[in-house]
Amino acid sequence: MIAIEVRNARKTFKAGKRTVVAVDDVSLSVPEGGVMGIVGESGCGKSTLARLVLGLLPADSGDIAIDGQRLADLDRKARARLIQPVFQDPFASLNPLARVRDIVAMPLVAQGRFGKADITKTVQEMLARVGLGKEMGGRLPSELSGGQRQRVAIARALVLRPRIVVCDEPTSALDVSVQAQILNLLAELRRDLGLTYLFISHNLAVVEHVASEVAVMYLGRLVEREPTETLFAAPEHPYTKALLASVLTPEPGLGVPDVGLGDTLPDPANIPPGCRFHPRCPIAEPRCATTTPPLKPRPNGGVECLLA
Amino acid sequence: MTALLEIEKLEVTFGRTAAVRGASLAVAPGETHCLVGESGCGKSVTALSVMNLLVRNARRRAERLAFQGEDLLKLSDSGMARLRGNAMAMIFQEPMTSLNPAYTVGSQMTEVLRRHKRASQRAATDRAADLLARVGITAPGMRLGQFPHQLSGGLRQRVMIAMALMCDPQLLIADEPTTALDVTVQAQILRLLAGLQRDLGLGLLLITHDLGIVARVATRVSVMYAGEVVESAPTAELFANPRHPYTQGLLRCVPVPGKIRRDQPLGAIPGTVPRVGPDFEGCAFRERCDFADETCKHAIPRHHASTAHDFLCRLPA
Ligand SMILES: Nc1ncnc2c1ncn2[C@@H]1O[C@H](COP(=O)(O)OP(=O)(O)OP(=O)(O)O)[C@@H](O)[C@H]1O
Ligand SMILES: Nc1ncnc2c1ncn2[C@@H]1O[C@H](COP(=O)(O)OP(=O)(O)OP(=O)(O)O)[C@@H](O)[C@H]1O
Ligand code: SF4
Ligand SMILES: [Mg+2]
Ligand SMILES: [Mg+2]
Repeated sequence: MIAIEVRNARKTFKAGKRTVVAVDDVSLSVPEGGVMGIVGESGCGKSTLARLVLGLLPADSGDIAIDGQRLADLDRKARARLIQPVFQDPFASLNPLARVRDIVAMPLVAQGRFGKADITKTVQEMLARVGLGKEMGGRLPSELSGGQRQRVAIARALVLRPRIVVCDEPTSALDVSVQAQILNLLAELRRDLGLTYLFISHNLAVVEHVASEVAVMYLGRLVEREPTETLFAAPEHPYTKALLASVLTPEPGLGVPDVGLGDTLPDPANIPPGCRFHPRCPIAEPRCATTTPPLKPRPNGGVECLLA
Repeated sequence: MTALLEIEKLEVTFGRTAAVRGASLAVAPGETHCLVGESGCGKSVTALSVMNLLVRNARRRAERLAFQGEDLLKLSDSGMARLRGNAMAMIFQEPMTSLNPAYTVGSQMTEVLRRHKRASQRAATDRAADLLARVGITAPGMRLGQFPHQLSGGLRQRVMIAMALMCDPQLLIADEPTTALDVTVQAQILRLLAGLQRDLGLGLLLITHDLGIVARVATRVSVMYAGEVVESAPTAELFANPRHPYTQGLLRCVPVPGKIRRDQPLGAIPGTVPRVGPDFEGCAFRERCDFADETCKHAIPRHHASTAHDFLCRLPA
């Protein structure tokens, strides 16, 4: 069973007179129970892709299906029962004036078909499930730590028992210890509830830890996709290689590496011809500037590079 | 060389909550002092105390708080406004709360320079575009005309960084400046800052929970826990020989690429940081510490592991 199926999705934004291509003909599928990690440069379109999959933004073109049903055929309530988000900034995404128990109850209330007693019970169970004690139910978001807020966001996302959770940088606002607690919780919930995750993160070690497959995004396109072990052991796309080489491991004295991408980042309103990575690619050849690389299939993935 | 920034025995309380409890640290020109510690430990409050940007109900006290030898505790509001964003700049933890949604990136960036340096609009715009390019933003002209909500998280964060650099500060306090950035852009920003440190002697107080960044760029590291600096040491020494049980726990939580087992949970320190009042006594970590005993409920000595390395724990040096 395929949990998330994206076919040729495209999304553009207007910026003054220019058009930013945020997601450019992206296709991807995530099997039920899988964790698809998405990594890539900031501004390359990861959050836009997430919002397309969540149905929060309409695609310009392409098809998106979740749990076998076309997104376009689902109404809001049905969608909410299937797929839910967890965002980076738990503070911005929680209503500051609502108590924790009401925040978590919101999705149930919005369905309009659960009784009060039912809701109270489900919320209690959910709070306990994410490790928040009973007394937390009465608190306001401002009275919680960052990790606790993210637990509230997770409880809210899971209270309708969705099949799929889209996590957009769920731990980047958290310190390492709380990050570990939240990642362990997400892993446990996935095992116990059979969830599928789309997991966006800038932290490659985190992605390596949680994802079963990884897609690398560059300037609106998925340029490489592989099972996690393969991608980390033998990256093929030069951008993936640069990304992995830029990871700062906690080893003092090594300094910050310069991986040779140059300091000029790409302009999403002016996508280079040929391979879109060629102006920054350390191994580019003349043909890279003119020929668009086709997807080269691999046993369990693929890569878009002429030289791979 | 005299320190750029000196903080001695800083205390900050919000009513019955003691957010910072006797924290001391210093930043020298060209140095990078990293401040780490769990969420809610008082890192941001420490930074905001220096900038005198605490909320009204906060109480700030210190034995000394000085910038380039000038006593910040005695400085008037207008004196402080003259330094802030100018010789002493800060990158805030939440770009969305510190960028004004109603103004374009360009007008917010140029305003800083026009206020402090009386630059012309033209010169200010050029400077803003140049800095946006240096933090890796292409088509800076287009970005100057956009509003904050039209930018991705990482773009917003880089706008904040560029804005803080507008007036060539001597001290930069950066609160989680790269959390929204991918690792290649992060490396670019860190190299840019290192260049400014080398060329202009910029001193950096860097708050981050990314111990990879700390290891690679810090000269010295201070670890905060429940408002106290529980350990402080030169970087290599801290990583090689962490002495406080909390520091040891933090270092165990870092997922190291290549050494990751997906079927195993990550190391975590169970529990959360306690909220403590102003008269809390003993070690605030004791509820979570494997080494805690009765003595941890009473005043804890500060031990020296070496001249430059101290920690606050009952365990012997
Ligand atoms: N509402 C919008 N209006 C105009 N442009 C937008 C809007 N939302 C996103 N964009 C543009 O689309 C591109 C992709 O943005 P997106 O937020 O998807 O990036 P991202 O990969 O999530 O980046 P980050 O890692 O920094 O969060 C960027 O150039 C951004 O400026
Ligand atoms: N305006 C405020 N009113 C009351 N308490 C506050 C206020 N601001 C901060 N605090 C409290 O002060 C303590 C320290 O907060 P601070 O923001 O400095 O933490 P931090 O170390 O920066 O954490 P993080 O890593 O999550 O950013 C926390 O217990 C927090 O709840
Ligand atoms: S003082 Fe006690 S409780 Fe605190 S870190 Fe040391 S051993 Fe643990
Ligand atoms: Mg994003
Ligand atoms: Mg903070």
